[in-house]
Amino acid sequence: MINMTKSIIKRKLIQLAAFGFTNSHITNFTKGSLYKGPWKQFCSPGLNCYSCPAAGLACPIGSLQAVSGSSEFQTSFYIWGFLLAVGVLLGRFVCGFLCPFGLFQELLYKIPFPKVKLWKGFRYIKYFILIFFVILLPVLVVNYMGIGKPAFCQYICPAGTLEGGIPLLSTHPELRKTIGSLFTLKMTILVLTILGCLSIYRFFCKTLCPLGAIYGLLNRISIYHLTVNTNECTNCKKCSHICKMDVNPLENPNSAECIRCGECAVVCPKHAINLGFKSSNKKNVDSLVLVETVQKAGLEKIVNKNIHSS
Amino acid sequence: MIAKNKCRIQIVTCILATVFLIYGLWRGEGPVVLNKAINICLECIGLG
Repeated sequence: MINMTKSIIKRKLIQLAAFGFTNSHITNFTKGSLYKGPWKQFCSPGLNCYSCPAAGLACPIGSLQAVSGSSEFQTSFYIWGFLLAVGVLLGRFVCGFLCPFGLFQELLYKIPFPKVKLWKGFRYIKYFILIFFVILLPVLVVNYMGIGKPAFCQYICPAGTLEGGIPLLSTHPELRKTIGSLFTLKMTILVLTILGCLSIYRFFCKTLCPLGAIYGLLNRISIYHLTVNTNECTNCKKCSHICKMDVNPLENPNSAECIRCGECAVVCPKHAINLGFKSSNKKNVDSLVLVETVQKAGLEKIVNKNIHSS
Repeated sequence: MIAKNKCRIQIVTCILATVFLIYGLWRGEGPVVLNKAINICLECIGLG
């Protein structure tokens, strides 16, 4: 229990630090201005709208759409390279520790509200949003100058409405005059997202986040990964019961839904679960080597049998 | 996934990521990102 509390506090502190680092220009909220320095050509690893007055870095999803929707380029090698690099190194550790909007959702979930479980099928919506709104629409739907709009940012992203829309509209009366049906749509999505996050843990991460979709696909090969020592595991299922992302670490340790929060590792009574960059579990490594050796021996046996029979 | 294969995929992905990053910056995508990020994104804030 004490270990779990320590682990939760440690993670919250890292999340708060990441939030602060990503949104360091707090005074801009009162001025209603944006940071315009050179750091904004670099992306934050998590979802954070670059129209947030406090943002010091660019949003990777917004930047991806901005480059692929520009008249000069069809896709962004720079942003895809960044996402691949972060994803193969950390996977969805970014979601669990570094994403400001992830922290916001976790804090919302703490508010007393009826809690429900999400139907697993809804998790595939984020892949559709990634392919259709983030990758295809900015390239395919262009104006007469060949410029496409950032469709995910324009029609869906609640982070933009919350972090950029509300602060900027409250400090710019001239912008308020241009509010129309699009703002109504985005506010509706924001309200629904907030309601969803009140009752479902990380509702946006599970169902709508295209950045989580990308990092989740890279979870399987990420260097920071989860291993389960099946020799120590007693199948008590404490890990799957505590997992708020509805992952069973024993069946699928590198699931695309796992945000590497580490609660399963802390709760395991046999310390059979490890999270980290190294496969620190020697027994697990040795069992993998044994499997490979047996497979090779099996293949050799078949080849030798064929040689002798011919 | 066999450990060796996973290691190979990690190495290939890291190399690909590095190549993409360098190529993207070389062909001028950085200024496009900067230009978008330092101006108010009307689409992002719901004003189209």
